[in-house]
Amino acid sequence: MDSFLFQTFIYLLAAVVAVPIANRLGLGSVLGYLIAGVVIGPMIGLVGSETQDLQHFAEFGVVMMLFLVGLELEPKALWDMRAKLLGLGGLQVAGTTLAVMAACMLFALPWSVSLAIGLVFSLSSTAIVLQTLNEKGLMKSDGGQSSFSVLLFQDIAVIPMLALIPLLALPELAEHAAQAGEHGEEAGHGSGFHLMDGLAGWQVALVNLAAVAAVIFGGHFLSRPLFRFIAAARLREIFTAAALLMVIAIALLMTLVGLSPALGTFLAGVVLANSEFRHELESDIAPFKGLLLGLFFITVGAGIDFAILFSQFWFVLGLTLGVMALKALVLLALALFFKIKGPDRWLFALGLAQAGEFGFVLLSFCVQSFVIPGEIADTLLLVVALSMLLTPALFIFHDKVIAARSDSGQEHENDQITEKGTAIIAGHGRFGQIVNRVLLSNNHKTVVLDHRADLIEGLRKFGARVFFGDATRPDLLHAAGLHDAELLVVAIDEPDQAIDLVRHARREHPDLHIIARAEDRMAVYRLYAAGANDIIRETFDSSVRASRCALEALGMHAYEAEKAITVFVDHDRAAIRKLAQVWKPDISVFDDPEYIALAKEVNAQLEAAMAGDRSALHDKTDRGWTPPGRVKGLTD
Amino acid sequence: MSKVMVLFAHPGQRHSQINLDLANVARSVDDIGFVDLYADYPRFKIDVDREQERLLVHDVIVFQFPVYWYSTPSLLKEWQDLVLEYGFAYGPGGDKLAGKLLVPVVTAGGLQDAYREDGRNNFPLRTLLSPLEQTANLCQMVYVPPLVLFAALSARNDGRADDHIKQYRLLLEALRDGRFDVEAARRRDLLSDGALPVLESV
Repeated sequence: MDSFLFQTFIYLLAAVVAVPIANRLGLGSVLGYLIAGVVIGPMIGLVGSETQDLQHFAEFGVVMMLFLVGLELEPKALWDMRAKLLGLGGLQVAGTTLAVMAACMLFALPWSVSLAIGLVFSLSSTAIVLQTLNEKGLMKSDGGQSSFSVLLFQDIAVIPMLALIPLLALPELAEHAAQAGEHGEEAGHGSGFHLMDGLAGWQVALVNLAAVAAVIFGGHFLSRPLFRFIAAARLREIFTAAALLMVIAIALLMTLVGLSPALGTFLAGVVLANSEFRHELESDIAPFKGLLLGLFFITVGAGIDFAILFSQFWFVLGLTLGVMALKALVLLALALFFKIKGPDRWLFALGLAQAGEFGFVLLSFCVQSFVIPGEIADTLLLVVALSMLLTPALFIFHDKVIAARSDSGQEHENDQITEKGTAIIAGHGRFGQIVNRVLLSNNHKTVVLDHRADLIEGLRKFGARVFFGDATRPDLLHAAGLHDAELLVVAIDEPDQAIDLVRHARREHPDLHIIARAEDRMAVYRLYAAGANDIIRETFDSSVRASRCALEALGMHAYEAEKAITVFVDHDRAAIRKLAQVWKPDISVFDDPEYIALAKEVNAQLEAAMAGDRSALHDKTDRGWTPPGRVKGLTD
Repeated sequence: MSKVMVLFAHPGQRHSQINLDLANVARSVDDIGFVDLYADYPRFKIDVDREQERLLVHDVIVFQFPVYWYSTPSLLKEWQDLVLEYGFAYGPGGDKLAGKLLVPVVTAGGLQDAYREDGRNNFPLRTLLSPLEQTANLCQMVYVPPLVLFAALSARNDGRADDHIKQYRLLLEALRDGRFDVEAARRRDLLSDGALPVLESV
């Protein structure tokens, strides 16, 4: 227990110190974590051998990240990506494998070892690249989308690679191991292979298909009633638990049948992308993902074996740079072939030039399968880690040099086409619903949040895109895209929560336009103080219309009634704005002489204006239509 | 018998000197249509289909309005902008108003002397209202020179008001009964120059 607490303390402390500093220096969080790992591992030696085990655990962050990526990607969008996914991804893996293999054979390694090394280095780091792209807001750009396609293909390709590698085993290594005693049982990639061991190829394929079908079917038909049921209980932590349970269950199922857990959760994410629970799931899983990924990066840093590194520093560094240059060349050729332009091309080529976390997995699997001799693998592990360590630097280089230089050129219009500004509508009752309908019918994107699961279920039957979630929760608001939104409409019932929501949104996003619904006059003042731009009193417009009908019913000419009401509305709105400016949250209006004096003054003005004193020339209601003859000195 | 419709446009009826009385005359003449545009469309949302249908079933369209800035009040201009559609009032197939009479009945603040080339307003009223006349031409309507009450604000005190109101009633009845001499009227500069050209009987 003590050592557990101590380790947790060390890891968290390292992250908490290093990441904000790295971010402040513009290095990005990934480099911060990596440096933290280097410091607590090889440099100070606070953590040691357990990093290997921790790394396996932390790799689960990648699984969660792909679930979140899937949530952002609707099935249609995935289908639209199929050409890039297979073409770009397939060619990248094949091209890099062959190029690295050829290079290894030049160093006089046997072809089987060369091929295995090629496979290891064909993979890039999903964790680093996606995390960095997200952080820089580049996911929606052409380069970001292409990178994502390649990474997804690589994650899927790991599975057949794991099947292929044992076939490359070197007989002399295997013999040597047999002499040295039992070895291989602890195969790095989980227990899944044992389960499938006794099956023929077609049976394996069938089981795999069944598992994927189960994920898609379960995600589509079972998860929603389940989440609805859990949501009805209104216990936050149980919803979080259920979300975690789902992700872990899918990962487990995939591992058991020998598929990539990342692929499984990614699919589940895609299936749930249309669900009303999307944002809720996102905000529940995101913190776990973040922490696990951070832990993963720390273990990468901590796992660097400085003894080997320093004993052959230039060799390892040269090897790393060589591999990265080779990978970047292949990527650059593909970018040219697939017509990825401008800074996006370089983002793609430089961003994916590192080796990835699956490289660790493959390397240890290769050693266990007697494919690569242990001493070569140790050097290669260093190369993988070092290339990951260098990646943030390449991103910074891209940011500061390539993207900055092309900013002035014409090519910039490409990456401007990111997602259109959206409107977040909090509350889909009688009020929010109308706003949503009007915005949608005018082709604006809306994200609607409501916390009544039963209502949302009903609305979804009518085709409304409404998400489950309590809009007053900052994390959910964040998941709904608060930082990219142009507009927030606060249409929830509870006045106190509405005010908290406005205050939070204003603090997070000073440029956001906020429209808030106010129950009464006091709510107007409080929302004004909280920073809402437009404050709509919920019964004001209807009571104004009722008054106009009343005037007409009592015999006033329709246009006169319209003018009278217009004057009233203008005056009242100006008055309430003035009053909101003097209102003080900590004093009752009845004890506030300044407020009382101003209220009296504006009311007197309104009465004078409305009285429409016929002898008063150019009175407010009619100044435009007062005949000229009534104004002194203008008579002909 | 002709079917007559008065389109009355006055945004400040509370302050009206003469126009309200004129409107009440139009309301009281039997068998003619009367529309208070500002009452029908206080928020300027003109129902174009309804207005076009009204035009189709009438032969004589009277625009009754006070002259504001040498033109119609804004709602009557809005009415023209929206109702006199391409394909309805002009352009291909736009002959739905062909042959109908357009009769402006207006009140003006200034004296008739002001509406001369050397007067305060620099132009004769007929010329100032020429956009209306050309609108009628383009719509193949028959434009009748305007019936004008000058110096409307002092008409009551000068004793000219009652006479003008009677003339208006006579005009509407003659238009309705087909006793209005269109040709004689069109030879005039203003319809109100001299006695109304009304035939004694049909």
